[in-house]
Amino acid sequence: MVMTITEKIIAAHTDLGEVRAGQFVYADVDVCLGNDITAPIAIEQFETLGIAQVLHPDRIVLVPDHFTPNKDIKSARNAKVLRDFAQKHQIKNYFEVGRVGIEHVLLPEQGIVVPGDLVIGADSHTCTYGALGIFSTGVGSTDIAACYATGKVWLKVPETIKFTYTGQLNEWVSGKDLILYTIGKIGVDGARYKAMEFGGPVIESLSMDDRLAMCNMAIEAGAKNGIIAPDHCTEVYVNDKAQRGYKFYSSDADCNYFETHEYDVSALTPQVAIPNLPENVRPVEDLSDIRIDQVVIGSCTNGRISDLRIAAQILKGKKIHPSIRLIVLPGTQEVYLEALREGLIEIFINAEGAVSTPTCGPCLGGHMGVLTEGERALSTTNRNFAGRMGHPKSEIYLCNPAVAAASAITGKISHPGLIT
Amino acid sequence: MKGKTWIYGDNVNTDEIIPARYLNTTDLKELSSHCMEDIDSDFVKKAKRGDILVVGENFGCGSSREHAPLSIKFFGISCIIAKSFARIFFRNAINIGLPIFESKEAASEIREGDEVFVDLNLSKIIDLTTDKEYSFTPFPDEMKDIIEAGGLMEYVKSNQFKG
Repeated sequence: MVMTITEKIIAAHTDLGEVRAGQFVYADVDVCLGNDITAPIAIEQFETLGIAQVLHPDRIVLVPDHFTPNKDIKSARNAKVLRDFAQKHQIKNYFEVGRVGIEHVLLPEQGIVVPGDLVIGADSHTCTYGALGIFSTGVGSTDIAACYATGKVWLKVPETIKFTYTGQLNEWVSGKDLILYTIGKIGVDGARYKAMEFGGPVIESLSMDDRLAMCNMAIEAGAKNGIIAPDHCTEVYVNDKAQRGYKFYSSDADCNYFETHEYDVSALTPQVAIPNLPENVRPVEDLSDIRIDQVVIGSCTNGRISDLRIAAQILKGKKIHPSIRLIVLPGTQEVYLEALREGLIEIFINAEGAVSTPTCGPCLGGHMGVLTEGERALSTTNRNFAGRMGHPKSEIYLCNPAVAAASAITGKISHPGLIT
Repeated sequence: MKGKTWIYGDNVNTDEIIPARYLNTTDLKELSSHCMEDIDSDFVKKAKRGDILVVGENFGCGSSREHAPLSIKFFGISCIIAKSFARIFFRNAINIGLPIFESKEAASEIREGDEVFVDLNLSKIIDLTTDKEYSFTPFPDEMKDIIEAGGLMEYVKSNQFKG
């Protein structure tokens, strides 16, 4: 039977041999992720089962990245729940402050997730790892608790929508722009319950950082997972990182897609999602008079080294606009160190930006840059729901790191081409 | 399940159902005291235990935070009728035993304040105010098993989680 890459990976994690879209399965989980917001509930639920030990401690990953370094006493208590659980169950993939990074930047970088894996995470952006040819999906805390006990997850095999990108990308146009453009086309529920499979010549020439940014936002179209078939770029990325053996899967040529979309992206310019949904996408040049208060560069979408490089390229030797607060968050300690070595951190500080230790912080209005009433942020994060970064009457615009850096200089949403 | 309805539109997201500023706790009483706060700051004052939410497309989109369905369940909302649910919210509701029903017709026609009754045996949503009946999308058998067990933890405890 012909199958999509998503169906093949799910099938390989059951004893069924083959699966088809719509089928209900129990699948073996290679990596089961939780963070300092979602894992405490999972741990409380697991403890109601009265089981002494988790089934596979080596498959559990605990990343306290959202409200750490602990922003208040309650967050400190939640972080302690993870720390104690990791110790009790001898979970080696627990990342303490100082070693921790933003989960979806950290796990691929550390080779904890590898091509062909089936990964679940109690975090909606777990779909990021699809960039490596992984079936990876966001679930809830109770799913994680059940997985601690059984090693498995219940899944309905998703139908797949295939997106093919052709043409040549313009300067300053990145994976972030491709996914914003796509969400703008299909809407925030355009891929609800579906797999989004990205391919075509543009994807084949895209860097892994850009592929990760694309798959990261599949959830913003309602998708179960985003996925890109592994290729040479994947091999280069994983071969010195992978902690386990890996396997490359791809869709059969004549497999069944629910829908197919083909976009010629040669004319695409940097895209910006305006409040209050990621589907409200406009070309940056249509938004040139939008004044902003805060610029955030970082997150599980755009907190990787190539994101910081492009921002630094624009900010080098410049000062940000006097009315702007710029916050830069390297995604992991490794990204932070590399940015230091390359002089990027010095560029951000000389430009009068604030550089933070890795944290999800401002993206969800947690800490490190919460907005008050009437404030407007331009951010390289993934969600611009009303009030997500703080006060319910604050606004968020989403963009790529180049647009964010350029706009930090001008004080209003700007095309990076105007700066350099 | 019988209660008075409260109506909200499309794409109600988990940041609106339970804002991240309250995610530093797992205390259900505290979470439920902020239920729906950023879409309707009066919700917890005006709604009562047993009431029913009737909502549009893609309800619960956004984050995986189980705090969202938990805050609704522990506030005492008896069920949610939606045109459609976002997928993580959908599975979280099944897993924690919060009753949810998909019916585009019911979610379009029911008005705020109507008295609504959900008959599980007959698989019917009945608007007692207008006397109209609606059907809802049935759950696959495997999901029904989890729902009937009372949620995923109960299902695991009963050794039915096959794997």
